[in-house]
Amino acid sequence: MSNRLRWRKFVSHFMLTMTGLCAFVTVAVLFFILGYLVYHGGTSVNWAFFTKLPTPVGEVGGGMANAIVGSAKLLLLACLLGVPIGFFGAIYLAEFSGGTVAFVVRYAADLLNGVPSIVIGIFAYSLVVLPFKHFSTLAGGFALGLMMIPITLRSTEEFLRAVPRALREGAMALGASKWKTIASVVVPAAYRGILTAVLLAFARVAGETAPLLFTAFGNRFWSPGWEQPTASLPVMIFTYAIAPYDDWHRQAWAAGLVLLGLILVINIVARVILSRGVAVPRT
Amino acid sequence: MATTTTTVPSAGPVAGSRSFINRLRDGDEIARLVTFLFAGSVVLITLLLVYELWHGSYLPRHKFGFAFFVTSVWDPIFDHFGALPFIYGTLVTAIVSLLIAVPLGIGAAIFLAELAPARVSDTLQFFIDLLAAVPSVIYGLLGVFIVIPLMRQYIQPALKSSLGFLPFFQGPAYGVGFLTAGLVLAIMVIPYIISVSREVLLSVPRDQRESALALGSTRWESTWKVVLPFARTGIMGSIFLALARALGETMAVTMVIGNTPTISASLFSPGYSIAAVIANEFTEATGDLYLQSLIELGLVLFLLTFLLNGLARLLIVVTSQRGSGMGQA
Amino acid sequence: MKRIAYLLLVVFSLAAIAVAEGTLSINGAGATFPYPMYSKWFDEYHKKDANLQINYQSIGSGGGIKQVTDGTVDFGASDGPMNDEQLKAFQDKHGFPILHFPTVLGADVPTYNIPGIDAELNFTPEALAGVFLGKITKWNDPAIAGPNKGVNLPGNDIVVVHRSDGSGTTYIWTDYLSKVSDEWKTKVGKGTSVNWPVGLGGKGNEGVAGLVKQTPNAFGYVELIYAIQNKMPYGRVKNSSGAFIKADLAGVTAAASGASKDMPDDFRVSITNAPGKAAYPISSFTWLLVPSKFSDSAKRDAIKGFVKWMLADGQSQAEALSYAKLPKEVVAKELKQLGAIQ
Repeated sequence: MSNRLRWRKFVSHFMLTMTGLCAFVTVAVLFFILGYLVYHGGTSVNWAFFTKLPTPVGEVGGGMANAIVGSAKLLLLACLLGVPIGFFGAIYLAEFSGGTVAFVVRYAADLLNGVPSIVIGIFAYSLVVLPFKHFSTLAGGFALGLMMIPITLRSTEEFLRAVPRALREGAMALGASKWKTIASVVVPAAYRGILTAVLLAFARVAGETAPLLFTAFGNRFWSPGWEQPTASLPVMIFTYAIAPYDDWHRQAWAAGLVLLGLILVINIVARVILSRGVAVPRT
Repeated sequence: MATTTTTVPSAGPVAGSRSFINRLRDGDEIARLVTFLFAGSVVLITLLLVYELWHGSYLPRHKFGFAFFVTSVWDPIFDHFGALPFIYGTLVTAIVSLLIAVPLGIGAAIFLAELAPARVSDTLQFFIDLLAAVPSVIYGLLGVFIVIPLMRQYIQPALKSSLGFLPFFQGPAYGVGFLTAGLVLAIMVIPYIISVSREVLLSVPRDQRESALALGSTRWESTWKVVLPFARTGIMGSIFLALARALGETMAVTMVIGNTPTISASLFSPGYSIAAVIANEFTEATGDLYLQSLIELGLVLFLLTFLLNGLARLLIVVTSQRGSGMGQA
Repeated sequence: MKRIAYLLLVVFSLAAIAVAEGTLSINGAGATFPYPMYSKWFDEYHKKDANLQINYQSIGSGGGIKQVTDGTVDFGASDGPMNDEQLKAFQDKHGFPILHFPTVLGADVPTYNIPGIDAELNFTPEALAGVFLGKITKWNDPAIAGPNKGVNLPGNDIVVVHRSDGSGTTYIWTDYLSKVSDEWKTKVGKGTSVNWPVGLGGKGNEGVAGLVKQTPNAFGYVELIYAIQNKMPYGRVKNSSGAFIKADLAGVTAAASGASKDMPDDFRVSITNAPGKAAYPISSFTWLLVPSKFSDSAKRDAIKGFVKWMLADGQSQAEALSYAKLPKEVVAKELKQLGAIQ
């Protein structure tokens, strides 16, 4: 074997090992993040965290019960806004529309998807907070819902398109009208994918902080109804992490663990649902 | 029985003599109308958003004009606002993050696409997708408690003593700053580079690789000299996507960048980014000019990410089309 | 699956509405300077009346002024009194004036984190101005070392920390520096948000305290209670009579004693660099910003009730958190102003 060949082979092995290292490093970072959160958050999560309200500044103890409920309410609103628009809009794109309209709608959705979350916050502030003169759960839910729309729309459209034409044509041949076909054949066939899309969109906005800073604002107490400011997990993490109080740091870790745990569980469930179902394009 | 057809319906109204009201009785027409309204609302919302950003920033646009982009003063007392420090900070942190993430990301993508057996590749991709799902504020949390002390105590002093002659690594080691923000951003954008690059690499036709190997190249050479160049455009697309993500990142950056509108060659210096200043100062911007200057910054950010995302998608589409058989021989 | 989802939706809505019935929720926002005091007060007041929630968010004095002017919160709070322009903006927007109500007295302290140094340092006005102007860069600079003979200050670079958000604490600090340093006055000026020559930015008193605590060689300014609660060392400042005073209740009360007799009707007064041998020079009142008219009578009565309680029972809780009580004359004057709220 010539020297040159030996060198080339060495380079090949070396570089390929390096790429393996890159992949390893990336995955290791994920496990490190998880591990650290589990360690720090795990030791801080206690019953008080889930059931108590925040205590006055400087006092130890207290929890994030209102933030957990607040996040739940915000996400509920977000789904109420994002899912119908995404779902029905996708039905329009996949079943009814022609080239130009579809192009425009998809373009708008991609645009909306690319908007930085802080800018969505500005938009929600001008639209919902200012005219009604207060920060509210509604405003926060609106901002999060906006972010859910494009994800739900594009993914659902892909899954609807992936349903084989034969199914549609079969239904029509049996006399079903178009909307009946969609409702009873196409959508159920794409059900898994749609559910995955919704879950992934949900997980994405569950962790969003920036849009909530000037919409849901914050609340040290329970937020009554839907028109008052509310605490939320991501904002609490932010507020507590940059503060000097050790007790707040402890709670921030606990909140981080709860939030990340929730998001990862949803992601894993969504992907498992997808892999068990119809083989469809990557979302 | 209404107008059942076996072809995909066109966008236009059903040709013929039935009036609109008559057609409305038809369930299909209602379904079409209702779903059209939902789809249309997406367009409406997007238009409204752009309008609000444009309209909400008219004061500084008229008062400062283009000078807004080159002024480095941000003075709420004397009502002088310039975007330069924030544009600088946003770009610098994004570039630093890419410098770290691109080699790592492409390397990992090569491993996943070329070397790893399919099951390992899929499993690892699964985990990397999970990394992409971690919210920004959690990266910020880790940044504050792990990365900043690490930077301040070990990494920055080490860089200073070894590469301190470069203007990038001078100045006191605060722990916060451009470099830290760039590092945290790098971790956040790597998954995007990996997943898109991996897809793109996988779509390169097998015969490209095989002809290279048949001609006697090593595996690395076939990857580096044949497959990568073929997938080059798509990988560029993934980089643009990552860049767009890095530019718009708010929480993680604002927790580790130092929140000081400074322009400095040193990466150890604290700085500010567009998203971070909006997050910090929006709720307290007294005075219309101040608030609208922040909105104008939001508009700038929006335009930047819009351009990048558009370019990214274009490049990715071009590569996939090439890969499906129309590529270079 | 669907049925469970619907059920949850219904339950949630009912729960949300149920909590809404009967709970009066009032929102305020503003200064981080008095936040430990306010969070305690609002918590205590909620215990007295479980149907009343006063939700206060500490986003900085600048935020308080802006949000109350926009009308997105019911009251604001600031340690930098609203200037004439801001008062006019409120009046123009709402058609009636906004009132300042002093609540407690506090102090800005210079806090630092020098590795190996636990001692209380003495700072002259020139030293403070010099550091924050960026002209004094090392801890062992003569201007700092001079009044601290006996302390072995290292030659490390000072890491200046200031506020990144609009802050009354900043207003107090820059107001003081403007009074003692002409260079500061012309170059930077006073305000809730200034163009800082040097330093890192922290969000809120909490953020500055956090940064100083975690960054070696850091030097920042925070409200007294933040330094105490976080066990951070803070220095003495030389007052106009030449004495080095450490911030405490006595020093702050001494600074306010002169002002209480000449308190203007709108309560906007600065007591930094106050005369008096025992006065702490960086003291200040902090104010609640309350609109003089409310369209919702329940809210108006609730807020008036709170202010009255604050001026009586609330005051007795101040000293435990190292805030000084209001002088009696000021309290009396405020009770009169309370009557002006419709």
